[in-house]
Amino acid sequence: MLAYIFRRLGILSVILFGSSFILYNLAAISGDPLEALRTSTEPNAKQQMLALTRTLQLDVPPPLRYFLWLKGILAGITGHIDFGKTRDAQLVTSVIATAIPTTIRLVFLATITAIVLGITIGIVTALRQYSRFDYAMTFVSFLMFSLPIFWVAVLLKEFLAIQFNNFLANPQIPVGWIIGLSAASGVIWAAVISGDRKRVWQIFGTVAVGTGALLTLLSQTSWFIKPGLGPIVVFGISIGIAYGVTQISTGLQNKAALRSAQTMAVIALVLYYPNQWLFDNHANGLLILGQLITTIAIAFAVGLKFAKIDRGPTIRTAAITGFLIGLITLLDKFMQTWNPYMATDAINYRPIPTSGQVNPLLEPGNFWFSWLDILVHMILPTIALTLISFAGYIRYSRGTLLEVLNQDYIRTARAKGLNERTVIMRHAFRNTMIPLTTIMVVDFAGLIGGAIITERVFGWIGMGTLFNKAINTFDLNLLMSVFFITATLSVLANLVADLLYSALDPRIRAGKG
Amino acid sequence: MAKKKNVAVETTTQDGGENAIFNKETEGLSQGQIVLRRFVRHRGAMTSLFVILGLVLFVFTALDQKIGPFKVPGWWHYNTEDLPELRAEGCKEGLVGCPTFSLRPKFLGGAGFGLGEHPFGQDNIGRDYFALVMRGAQRSIMVMFVIGMIGGTIGTIVGSISGFYRGWIDAVLMRFTDFIITIPAIIIGSVVGYHFGNLGVGFLAFYLGLFSWTGLSRLVRGEFLTLREREFVDAARVAGASNRRIIFKHILPNAVGVIIVSVTLLMSGAILLETALSYLGFGVVAPDVSLGLLISQYQDSFTTRPWLFWYPGLFIITIALSINFIGDGLRDAFDPRQRRRITKKDRESAKVVKKAGA
Repeated sequence: MLAYIFRRLGILSVILFGSSFILYNLAAISGDPLEALRTSTEPNAKQQMLALTRTLQLDVPPPLRYFLWLKGILAGITGHIDFGKTRDAQLVTSVIATAIPTTIRLVFLATITAIVLGITIGIVTALRQYSRFDYAMTFVSFLMFSLPIFWVAVLLKEFLAIQFNNFLANPQIPVGWIIGLSAASGVIWAAVISGDRKRVWQIFGTVAVGTGALLTLLSQTSWFIKPGLGPIVVFGISIGIAYGVTQISTGLQNKAALRSAQTMAVIALVLYYPNQWLFDNHANGLLILGQLITTIAIAFAVGLKFAKIDRGPTIRTAAITGFLIGLITLLDKFMQTWNPYMATDAINYRPIPTSGQVNPLLEPGNFWFSWLDILVHMILPTIALTLISFAGYIRYSRGTLLEVLNQDYIRTARAKGLNERTVIMRHAFRNTMIPLTTIMVVDFAGLIGGAIITERVFGWIGMGTLFNKAINTFDLNLLMSVFFITATLSVLANLVADLLYSALDPRIRAGKG
Repeated sequence: MAKKKNVAVETTTQDGGENAIFNKETEGLSQGQIVLRRFVRHRGAMTSLFVILGLVLFVFTALDQKIGPFKVPGWWHYNTEDLPELRAEGCKEGLVGCPTFSLRPKFLGGAGFGLGEHPFGQDNIGRDYFALVMRGAQRSIMVMFVIGMIGGTIGTIVGSISGFYRGWIDAVLMRFTDFIITIPAIIIGSVVGYHFGNLGVGFLAFYLGLFSWTGLSRLVRGEFLTLREREFVDAARVAGASNRRIIFKHILPNAVGVIIVSVTLLMSGAILLETALSYLGFGVVAPDVSLGLLISQYQDSFTTRPWLFWYPGLFIITIALSINFIGDGLRDAFDPRQRRRITKKDRESAKVVKKAGA
């Protein structure tokens, strides 16, 4: 195994060497970094040219200059990596160090959302194969495949940001919209749950009336201006989460798991006001981290308390429930921050921005304001990226699950009398995840490369923007460094994916043939 | 097309189950006929096929085309070079060059059915936007087909050689493929597009095609690796067939499904790649026109003149969506395990047949 890994790494470094050498020379002949200065009429153009030549070592021919650049990279082994300098005589390392967090912030959440949403929908469509929902989702995923992201982005800016901000000026949802949205959610849920005709109509009716009532309530109370959940609603949602997580994680018949999940919801209710006090008075990143650790610790204790046998699943259920309830509590806090945030001069009641990473006018200092600011700036790019990337996960998880469901061991599991939940979640889902995991690994590595177009449309300065800038200004060192990081990560991710695959599926052995 | 597999091996009409229904259907048909039947039955794919064929005809005959020394006149009364005056009549206050395309009948206060002078409106210097969109769609479709053809050819050749010969040839070719994969298409497109963008759209498509075959070659290699171990290949070899004959007559026809499907998907990716590159300014460059370029040029005018933004986007989506659906239909058609949904009608007709038999 170790020999296999080393062999692969050896081949990978040769490949990286070759492709970077070729790309370096290709990029070097594709443009002249001094072009703008040559035609410049500035009096000191000559000095500038000389200075630039010295910084970028332009007097060395490209094939040799490549090795100077490579020397800097190889110095990374000793910990002093040197990507050279940009045209503005900045260190490429520091430029990239500021770009990577931006890029990760931009793409991480979108990828997580795309994975969770895509796999969920994919599984539901596979379980309801050939249903109307399946056909509709197939169409939707093909539509998503065919959308250019810049086109989606402009639509989102117009309809989600500008129109929503206009709507906030007078947050009354028109009756037509309420009826339309209620009917739409009724149709979706009826299609997802499905059943015979009577049941479908029942679901449709319940969901449509429920949504309609909720929207009317929100509209009448101007909730969109002053949103919030409050302890009662948080508790209600927590109980819902407790049941939902238990059903998926262990099944409702596991009383120990159900009780521990419910206990987590009750503990969250008890701790609601202490948490609010902490949020208001000691808000910082450490607090949130501490709360996360506390939640897990409580979940562990609760799980141990209730479980007599089979502790693992009970603790798992409690921990997942606790984590989700924690997210809801945070969401509640952010909702409470919404109104004061909108009222600040920098925002002036138009909270959804169409571009940028943060609002530069917002006064720093308030923990909740600055985080809410980051979050609202992430809304549009995240939706755009999720929309175009989750279709792939739908198709892939649907296909894999259908394949798995045809296997003999699924028939065996059903034949020995396991209930449907156990068959799907324990036997089918886990085997579906094996190929999906490897895809995710490769996807995550691709994230660092950034989303060139998304960054450009939404005015973020991440790796994609750097790359774009590097090409336009013939900034060879910058271009090559972005390429080098992206390419290294992608080949390493492929290696990790292969190893992971063989670890997850013992039938496949890496290194053998 | 493959003719080795006798799908309807034994008709088990006795059990009256799903197998029987399928076997009854495919009795006496060659593999090619079965695939064709499955494809024709895929409603989405058939619709898309007609849409894309219609669209290609519609788009390529619209404008004047130069084929060698001959000039073939198009059916549309404007060309991309024409500069008609900007029309203001019928537009909202303060707008010029709005679309004259109308579907609202006169008695509802509209202008009646009809295309009018400029159905898609005019751009900011007065060029007919319908003509521009047609030219852009021509470019995009052409790029798509060229990339599909070049990528498909190289991918098939590399994949089949390395899958068939294995050994060091395979190792070298696959490392070469890895090497190409590390260079992202968008990076190479940008680097080259920046420098050679003016060489025209054909060159752009050719270049992108050279870098887009990697995924396909891996798939084809995998397919060849499995197929070369099959009995019919052994049989052919024992019968004295040459490598060339085995590859072209025995293995390739069986791998054609995988190839066709991935070429289709490659093509749908290609049209988005071209629009993305043109959007960034590294693909098709002005004064030439492409759909991505049109959107990029007019994205800021969405609030004031949305038609400049809608129409190219709709064309991109229509083309990509149709190609995706055709690919899906082909995949279903070529997949031997794929079975269509058994409807109640099928079961009943199967019962009738069974009774008649008994």
